[in-house]
Amino acid sequence: MSITDLDLYSQAILLLAGLIALTSFLMLGQSRLVRLVFIFAVQGCLLAGATAMAAGVLNYPHLYISAGLSLLLKGIVIPLLLHRLIHRMGLHREMDTIDHPARLMMGGTALVVFSYYVSLPIVQHSTLVTLNAIAVSLAVVLLGMLLMISRRQAVAHVVGFMSIENGLFFAAVVSTYGMPMVVELGVAFDVLVAAVVFGVFFFQIRASIDSLNVDRLSKLTEVER
Amino acid sequence: MIAVYLLLFIPLAGMVVLSMWGDRPNAERFNIRCNIAALAASVWLAIDVLWNGPQLSAGKLLYIDSYNVYLIALTAFVGLTTSVFSGPYMNHEREIGRLTPRRLKLYHTMYQGFMLAMYLVLTTNNMGVMWVAMEGATLATVLLVSLYRTPESVEAAWKYFILCGVGIAQALFGTVLLYFAAEQKLGVGGDALLWTVLHDNAGQLEPAILGLAFVFLLVGYGTKIGLVPLHNWLPDAHSEGPTPMSAILSGLLLNDALYAVVRCKILVDGSLGNHLAGHLMMGFGLLSFLVASLFLHRQTDIKRLFSYSSIEHMGLMTYAFGVGSPWATFAALFHMTTHSLTKSAIFVTVGHAAQLAGTQRMDKIRGLILTQPSIGWGLAVGTVAIAGFPPFGVFASEFLVLVATMHDYPWLTPLLLLGVGLAFAGLFRHIQPMVYGDVPEGQKPIHANLWPVMLHLALVLWLGLAIPSFLGNWFSQATQLISGALPQ
Amino acid sequence: MDWILAILETLLFIGAAPLLAGWTKRVKCRLQNRKPPSLLQPYRDLLKLYRKQPILPHPASWIFRAAPYVVFAATVLTAAFVPLVAVNLPTAKIADVIVLVGFFALARTFLVLAGMDIGTAFGGMGSSREMTIASLAEPAMLMAVFTLAMSAHTTNLSQAMNYVLDTGLVLRPSFVFALGGLMLVAVAETGRIPVDNPATHLELTMIHEAMILEYSGRWLALIEWASQIKLMLYGVLIANIFFPWGIARDFSPESIGIGVGMIALKLALLAILLVLSETAFAKMRIFRVQEYLSFAYLLSVLGLLSHIILEAARVHH
Repeated sequence: MSITDLDLYSQAILLLAGLIALTSFLMLGQSRLVRLVFIFAVQGCLLAGATAMAAGVLNYPHLYISAGLSLLLKGIVIPLLLHRLIHRMGLHREMDTIDHPARLMMGGTALVVFSYYVSLPIVQHSTLVTLNAIAVSLAVVLLGMLLMISRRQAVAHVVGFMSIENGLFFAAVVSTYGMPMVVELGVAFDVLVAAVVFGVFFFQIRASIDSLNVDRLSKLTEVER
Repeated sequence: MIAVYLLLFIPLAGMVVLSMWGDRPNAERFNIRCNIAALAASVWLAIDVLWNGPQLSAGKLLYIDSYNVYLIALTAFVGLTTSVFSGPYMNHEREIGRLTPRRLKLYHTMYQGFMLAMYLVLTTNNMGVMWVAMEGATLATVLLVSLYRTPESVEAAWKYFILCGVGIAQALFGTVLLYFAAEQKLGVGGDALLWTVLHDNAGQLEPAILGLAFVFLLVGYGTKIGLVPLHNWLPDAHSEGPTPMSAILSGLLLNDALYAVVRCKILVDGSLGNHLAGHLMMGFGLLSFLVASLFLHRQTDIKRLFSYSSIEHMGLMTYAFGVGSPWATFAALFHMTTHSLTKSAIFVTVGHAAQLAGTQRMDKIRGLILTQPSIGWGLAVGTVAIAGFPPFGVFASEFLVLVATMHDYPWLTPLLLLGVGLAFAGLFRHIQPMVYGDVPEGQKPIHANLWPVMLHLALVLWLGLAIPSFLGNWFSQATQLISGALPQ
Repeated sequence: MDWILAILETLLFIGAAPLLAGWTKRVKCRLQNRKPPSLLQPYRDLLKLYRKQPILPHPASWIFRAAPYVVFAATVLTAAFVPLVAVNLPTAKIADVIVLVGFFALARTFLVLAGMDIGTAFGGMGSSREMTIASLAEPAMLMAVFTLAMSAHTTNLSQAMNYVLDTGLVLRPSFVFALGGLMLVAVAETGRIPVDNPATHLELTMIHEAMILEYSGRWLALIEWASQIKLMLYGVLIANIFFPWGIARDFSPESIGIGVGMIALKLALLAILLVLSETAFAKMRIFRVQEYLSFAYLLSVLGLLSHIILEAARVHH
């Protein structure tokens, strides 16, 4: 099997997988918080699109619910929430400095190659070509981690965290066409609660260090204070 | 059947009620009553399972067998005794102005929320729901860590949230892989994520995928266990949150994360037929054990000290489960119990000691035994117990681990002995001056409720002298389930 | 017969290049609410320049005199083997896409040398900037080309187009990334906004214009013409590799007629797209050009990776 033997919908799923990986890279290189949140919203929408496409190809109605959920949560609600928080905290002009952007991108590319290597044994056990996208989903998870490591702004950490969640969701869609509904709903609930808790934290952090630069959270160390 | 529904319903109802009236003066008593009811339900459930064998309920979503039923009872028990301690403790905190009624309401609500998440982790049969509940436990406790709103506690909570959130994400990836492997063989449908179904068909699942899935699951849940090098959140969260929360984190959350890893290990062993999962657990466990023993020596904060001791003991349990022989598994189960009881007792005492001295810094805590003998003796005896001295239960379980190691991996024995010795020295160099030193001026006794400590330590002593037959029976059944054979 | 067709196609290519430039300028004027010049204005400009006497600056060496001819010749040769209206022409077999990159590099080298030859400040500055951009754009371009080559199993343009025509419409992630990368490179290499502005002579921002500031008369005409051909070359590459439908696969008059019509349509659309982006974006600071080009490179690398990861054929087990 190769991509030329697939129908257009499956090809579209693969194409969307590629674009989702691209949005992860764009987030990695984006230093403005407002744009970062916007790209995150785009990723959520692409994810919902890929899920809906999979639902159509396989005729799995319950995937439409997942698609709707992820569009609502990751495409609209959470980005809006973050956007409003950024404006309320007056961070919309703030730039997060990125040290060594070129190295960061190289690292990101290396992570993609690594995920490909890790997912090879999985892919070999199936003839399903869309399963190829599981490497992309793992890459999105790892790129989300890289985003969190490379940033200082708490908002950027939250975006990274949520994009890790996107990667996991995508993995479930391409490998198993979604988890059982009860799990899907549970995960969505957790994500929503996590978003709210993050919002609470922004205020707590700002009240305690007067900024959202988490580099200043450095009171707890192993060495003697 | 009904018992398990009750077990889940009680904390849920408690959470709802406390979210409305959690700031009233009698909220703490309501909290205790909820835990008493849950303990009663868990005992009922335990008796039921002991007589009638494993049971599936709620459309196969809940599964109780000999392995989780004793952990459920343990969870309910520690949850109850900690809530008894938390009443006067939190009152004291409110009197000295560290807490507002609103935060007290949050505390009580989340206490029951956390218990609900723990019961759900233990009772569910669905690996996906287990993940959801585990994440729920993080969400329930994360705002409790920052309850005091000091810069340190906010930092600790943020670290806890981010590290555990990212870590546990790996476990979800592992769960997806597990589901994928099962769907390949069992066909599409919701049943492929049920532990019982996976267990029955473990032999058919693709070993390569399951091996990979286990790596992700171990890293994910291992973050929650506090395995080195994923442990950074644990000392911070323990030291900055309110002490009752440290007690239930150490006594319950870590155990239940380990429970999840062992559930996964059973599946992976069934599929792989080799010792990959066990070796991974042994490696991580031993590393945590040794590193944490070393870190004990350089602590300045009393709660950080004992949280490193928790990492050390969780490492030892992970290692013992990894060894995988019936005796090692039996020892690990036993150690889970004794550690839970002892560690939560210690945190309760430490909480009182810190209130007495007005600080958590160990160089400022002095002369406990002269000021308030009950606290001083409690800390001394608790430390003796946790360091693995006979005749306490921790000694018995650690000894069993050693024996099992000498049988299967004799060359690892010196490392274990080294770790035990290091931990012992690390604990006592700090504890001895705190208990016996000179009393600082103006240090006065406080109102303390120490019967949970006495009860826990008495139980640990009893377990060290003799394992009651019903408990031994439980451990044996669970050992057979996990390692495939009875301890001979 | 084939060779005659090939020569005719090349002549059409270089003959139509000023027309494309004229069209681009016209659309831009319309968008900016200005009165557009005639479509044939670029021809008139070239003719006017050709008639004028060139002026040789005093310190110029032979490089300055040779550069316009080398640049023009290299560009025309490139145009000769890029399929415009028909595939399978004999000229296409001579060279592949790597040679194309090589010819571009040759032309650029001479232009850069000529810019420095006279020793004025502007010439040197323009040359240095041009080389900086080229050194970043060329890897991106090559990566994009390799991505295509991996799918088509060839670097020959004509064969690659045949491959895409044979497989029909396939939504390849790698092609989408390569297309994006190539478009960004094309904008940078042809000196359009946001990298360079062909219409400006503002000393701080110009790149291409700074190098050719000392040229006049027929030499300038040749260089201008060559850069118009280059713009068209990129347009044809993008249009015919990614959307080759309509290109003639045999040499019957009907299919050639369709081929001419289709490529004209595609180029017209691409020009509109270019103008739209030029109107929407402002020219960026020269220091940000490297960010822009590393994004192009990233797209091309992602194209390569997504070919390997997402599109690879799998063996059955």
